[in-house]
Amino acid sequence: MSLTDDEIRQLDGILGHYPDRRAAAATAMRIVQARRRWLSDEAIADLGEYLGLTVAELDGIATFGNMVFRKPVGRHVVLVCDSFACWSLGYAELRAAVEAELGVGMGQTTEDGRFTLLPIVCLGACDRGPAMMVDDELHGPVAPGQVPGLLGGYS
Amino acid sequence: MTSRPGLPGYPAEDRPFTRAMRADGRPAALDDYVAAGGYEGLRRAIADLQPREVTTLVTDSGLRGRGGAGYSTGRKWSTMPLGPDAPRPKYIVCNADEMEPGSFKDRFLMERNPHVLLEGMLLAGFATESDEGFIFLRAQYDASYAALKGALAEARERGYLGEHILGSGFSMDIELHTSIGRYICGEASAMLNALESQRPNPRARPPHMTGAGLFSRPTVVNNVESYMAVPAIVRHGVDWWKALSIIDEGGTKIFGVAGRVANPGCFELPMGVPMRELIEVHAGGMLPGYALRAVSPGGASTSLVPADQVDVPLGFSTMDEVQSRLGTGTLVLLDDQTCPVGMTLNMMQFFAQESCGWCTPCREGLQWMAALLEDVEYGRGRPGDLEMLAEGVWFMQSDKCFCDLAPGATQPLESALRLFPDDFARHLAGGGCDYRRHGSDAPALKGTTW
Repeated sequence: MSLTDDEIRQLDGILGHYPDRRAAAATAMRIVQARRRWLSDEAIADLGEYLGLTVAELDGIATFGNMVFRKPVGRHVVLVCDSFACWSLGYAELRAAVEAELGVGMGQTTEDGRFTLLPIVCLGACDRGPAMMVDDELHGPVAPGQVPGLLGGYS
Repeated sequence: MTSRPGLPGYPAEDRPFTRAMRADGRPAALDDYVAAGGYEGLRRAIADLQPREVTTLVTDSGLRGRGGAGYSTGRKWSTMPLGPDAPRPKYIVCNADEMEPGSFKDRFLMERNPHVLLEGMLLAGFATESDEGFIFLRAQYDASYAALKGALAEARERGYLGEHILGSGFSMDIELHTSIGRYICGEASAMLNALESQRPNPRARPPHMTGAGLFSRPTVVNNVESYMAVPAIVRHGVDWWKALSIIDEGGTKIFGVAGRVANPGCFELPMGVPMRELIEVHAGGMLPGYALRAVSPGGASTSLVPADQVDVPLGFSTMDEVQSRLGTGTLVLLDDQTCPVGMTLNMMQFFAQESCGWCTPCREGLQWMAALLEDVEYGRGRPGDLEMLAEGVWFMQSDKCFCDLAPGATQPLESALRLFPDDFARHLAGGGCDYRRHGSDAPALKGTTW
């Protein structure tokens, strides 16, 4: 069992918010991912044991949600909105600038483990397009020239 | 943030959604909200009204679902079982997933005025004698999360939430649940599965959610803005609400404009405001060098409206005139330098990617349609492709799909084929796209999970 005492304490704290143990699975995965950045096979197995779910059941939920990471990610996750409002306001140029600055493409992590770059559907910030997120911070509109300074703020 | 509550021509007291918002952009605190008349609707309901009377007010107001479907909110509530024999617990669920591309009003409302959502959900709970509320929040809405978390704590501390609300016999609490992502979670029945941590495929209906919803208990599901409309209706009454609108649907609404305009953002305006006024007055008109060609009026699953029909009043009942729907009422503008085929392709790729895979027409059909459209955009189109796309549109409309995702997905394509036949023909004849802004890189990770 790889779950730490601290993680178990936090997990115990949310169980009461749901009528049954398995219903806490989505929130439980978010809690553990917030501490570890991604969920390994071992983490899924241990969470399954904790929640009373098989690995297949839990992974069926984990792989459905695009914000559950089942592969390692960098210290910061960069999401570039590719839906039609941002697309029409300069998504292609923004994406190119981010890829050039990081030296990686979509779905990749920088060699120093600092950033993972991922696509995201509409961020609900169409009036600020082209928009992107770094971790929990929304940025927009972002001109290509602003990208180096913006990403430089995340160590 | 360019969105602002202050607008010329419409007095503050007639703006129930934005009235309590702070000028500094921070979330309205409980004191800000109460100073603007907040929680007066809840006080009135608890002191003077029977649960059924609240539902009757909401029904009589004409309020329709602001998530895009437009179903009568009061009629939905009236199907919840009441009285001592009703199954318990009963749930009030707020759909705050807002993942429909081109929708950006719920974020604005939750970040700036979180208490009005809590009051609206509490009134729904009072009206339906429900026990608990859940807000199903989109994963990326971190600022909304912070605003709602703060509002929930304030409301609980001051007796607006929890046991014996305002000293009455009514008790209800609200949980804030953050999604782990995917567009289909915004489909109401899929959302209930997601809340239960089941795989979020949509559910078969019947049973209706008010009979057997979350954890198989009676459940009301409404959009953020639908709940937010209720406090003012209960506080000021049906006549006041009806007098706010230009057409006979009642109320104001949060409209939005995104695209090449001077002043993009969200605006609270009377229901029935002409699309032209929204674009040209409130959003400041098109930027120099750009002309309007069409409007996506309320999310990617609403049909495009051509530029020569923007005099249409924005309402649930009026958009038929222009062969579209109000949807979420947040406009995304197609300008004359952006390819309509490319924009439609972007939307189709989104829907193909976000199909949950449960039913075959959606899982397989949308992929094929996106691939065909991609061929057209990139100059690989063949004679007959447009006819095959039109056939796909017809097929998805014809009751062969399990939920509304695929029928919605075909709306922009249907309208683009209808409105821009010359563009499609030029793509086929001339070997692809000649617009400055074209193509799409959206399917970068198609078929992979992270």
